[in-house]
Amino acid sequence: MAKRIGMEVAVAVAEAVGLCDIDMAAVYPITPQSHIAEHLSDLVADGKIDAEFVTVESEHSAMSAVIGASGAGARSYTATSSQGLMYMHELLPIASAMRLPITMAIANRAVSGPLNILNDHSDIMPQRDSGWISIFVENAQEAIDMSIIAFKIAENKDVMLPVNINIDGFQLTHMVEPFEMPTQEEVRNFLPPFVPHATLHPAKPVTMGAFAMSDYFPEIMKAKDEALKNSKKIILEVWDEWAKMFGRAYKPVETYKAEDAEVLMLTMGSMGETAQMAIDELRAKGVKAGLVKLRLWRPFPFAEIKAAVKNAKKLIVTDRAVSFGGPGGPVFSEVKSALYAEAQRPVIYDYIYGLGGRDVPVGDFVGMFERVLADTANKEVDTYEFWGVRE
Amino acid sequence: MNIVENFDLYAPRLINKKELLSSGHRACSGCAEVLAVRLMAKALGENTVIASATGCMEIVSSMFPTTAWNVPWIHVAFENAASVASGIEAGLKALRKKGKIDDRYVKVVGMGGDGATMDIGFQALSGAMERGHDMIYVCFDNEAYMNTGIQRSSGTPMGASTTTAPAGKVSSGQKTWKKNMPEIMVAHDIPYVATACPSYPLDFIRKMEKAKSIKGPSYIHCFSVCPTGWRCPSNQAISMGRLAVETGVFPLYEVENGHYRLSPDMPKKLKPIKDYFKGQGRFRHLSAEEIDTIQGKVTTEFKKLTEKAKFLK
Repeated sequence: MAKRIGMEVAVAVAEAVGLCDIDMAAVYPITPQSHIAEHLSDLVADGKIDAEFVTVESEHSAMSAVIGASGAGARSYTATSSQGLMYMHELLPIASAMRLPITMAIANRAVSGPLNILNDHSDIMPQRDSGWISIFVENAQEAIDMSIIAFKIAENKDVMLPVNINIDGFQLTHMVEPFEMPTQEEVRNFLPPFVPHATLHPAKPVTMGAFAMSDYFPEIMKAKDEALKNSKKIILEVWDEWAKMFGRAYKPVETYKAEDAEVLMLTMGSMGETAQMAIDELRAKGVKAGLVKLRLWRPFPFAEIKAAVKNAKKLIVTDRAVSFGGPGGPVFSEVKSALYAEAQRPVIYDYIYGLGGRDVPVGDFVGMFERVLADTANKEVDTYEFWGVRE
Repeated sequence: MNIVENFDLYAPRLINKKELLSSGHRACSGCAEVLAVRLMAKALGENTVIASATGCMEIVSSMFPTTAWNVPWIHVAFENAASVASGIEAGLKALRKKGKIDDRYVKVVGMGGDGATMDIGFQALSGAMERGHDMIYVCFDNEAYMNTGIQRSSGTPMGASTTTAPAGKVSSGQKTWKKNMPEIMVAHDIPYVATACPSYPLDFIRKMEKAKSIKGPSYIHCFSVCPTGWRCPSNQAISMGRLAVETGVFPLYEVENGHYRLSPDMPKKLKPIKDYFKGQGRFRHLSAEEIDTIQGKVTTEFKKLTEKAKFLK
């Protein structure tokens, strides 16, 4: 039985990955991912993980090396952040097109410029269309659980896609939080060995990453899209299995006091817990406020989002990245388009907040609710708003 | 007795008969690079995994849903063949150690053109070599970005006309000296560095076999004549490669644990570079004076190399 312990989240994530019998990890240091890389290297140095640890010269090579290793049939892992993720960008759609079950932790951090090392989601958002399964976590327990679950989802023969786990940099990676760490035996029972369907081995030569022009390319794109959409079924099954074994249930969309809520807020990542406190405060004042937390970013959970918000009058979508010159934050665009054809849907507002690590205390979430409640026009607003930004 | 003239006699004993890069690929006629790749595969044998950079050799050999490869082969992107190869090596090493795959020895090979190796993939190659992976990297150097249409690279020789460094009324083509990539690899202190050319097939195969036998990183720089890009007749790819060696423009040598050795195929006395230049459209615009300047550099560089071979035996 797992004990409840306290540990820095980044270190705990490395510990969790260490339970997964990985064969290979390639990492390049970047703040705030470094503690994951450092602790993984400790585990390898102490012989606790029997894996090749490749200290590459860049994130581009980190992703290249895990693509090579995964292609060879090795369970492969990497972790990065911000500029590192941007540097990997070119390779992400290649990894998914090759159907390689790589898993990667992203310690989410603002993208330059100006240079900033603190948390927002501007690093993962440009990777949205790369064909990866993309999951956001809220706390230490989720970060640990998803780090283990990711391998099982990725390696399922009906999925065979890479997975990224988004862990808010500093605000989550560097917190010391209490959690239950599964035991080695429990993880072994949950996670079967990786059985690749084709590998780079002379026993059965295959060609990977062939060149395809217009006669095949569109079909390959469609197949990838279908694979990603179909992965949702497996994601739900694996989460169910986890719930049965460990008693912690996960859904693509979580709700908090949303059932009878008139005004809902939608968050992604670690801000959810702060927003939850704001909901309690508002409920105490008699405001029918509720929270929707989006955990599964890709494949996007359309049905769950529609169901979660359909009875609300107003929905505040929060974004931690900017789509410059676009319709609003990336989460807002997605949610709004998901709800476009719904006969019954809330008026949707978008607040872009917490950029580059800007602190967002409980009072700010309360403030967003109050602002939206004061809007009596109840008309669909065309523009997004930067919350708490000096003019 | 000249071994090449008696090729039919020796070849069956010296060269693996199995074709690991099959015919039917889409390379240009007279392509010396694809010949070099074929010889490389023969020298390496079946227990090989190849990671290829984007480029001519990738495009001509892997048109989906066909493949010319009879060994495991992967292409990911332009600049990362060395990193991909290093990952395959690490992955196979771990799997073998853990008993998840059979324990046969498999050599991992990264390959790319001069652009993929000397320009865009330079960092990835340097990293992979420095980390000491048990792998070979082979640069097939045809002295420009041929796949995209003969644009200059850092491997393009001084004076050559390319589509981005063309000869014009006020320009004489490439304005810079060719980057000395083998020497940069020697500076990485890796166990084995060699230059080769498919015009000398037995020398090339011997060097590939040696690289294969070495545990650790090795680098082969293979001079690959491109009749299309160099504007020379496609039936002269082999003789043009020989002229490059005979003039000292591309000397054949190897460096094993820091010890230099000129290949036995190197002539005692070099031919003048104009013999090599005259058959190629890319050098046609050069004046006698300009050729003299280049001749001076080739002579000096070759002298430096022979001195190294003398003192670093």
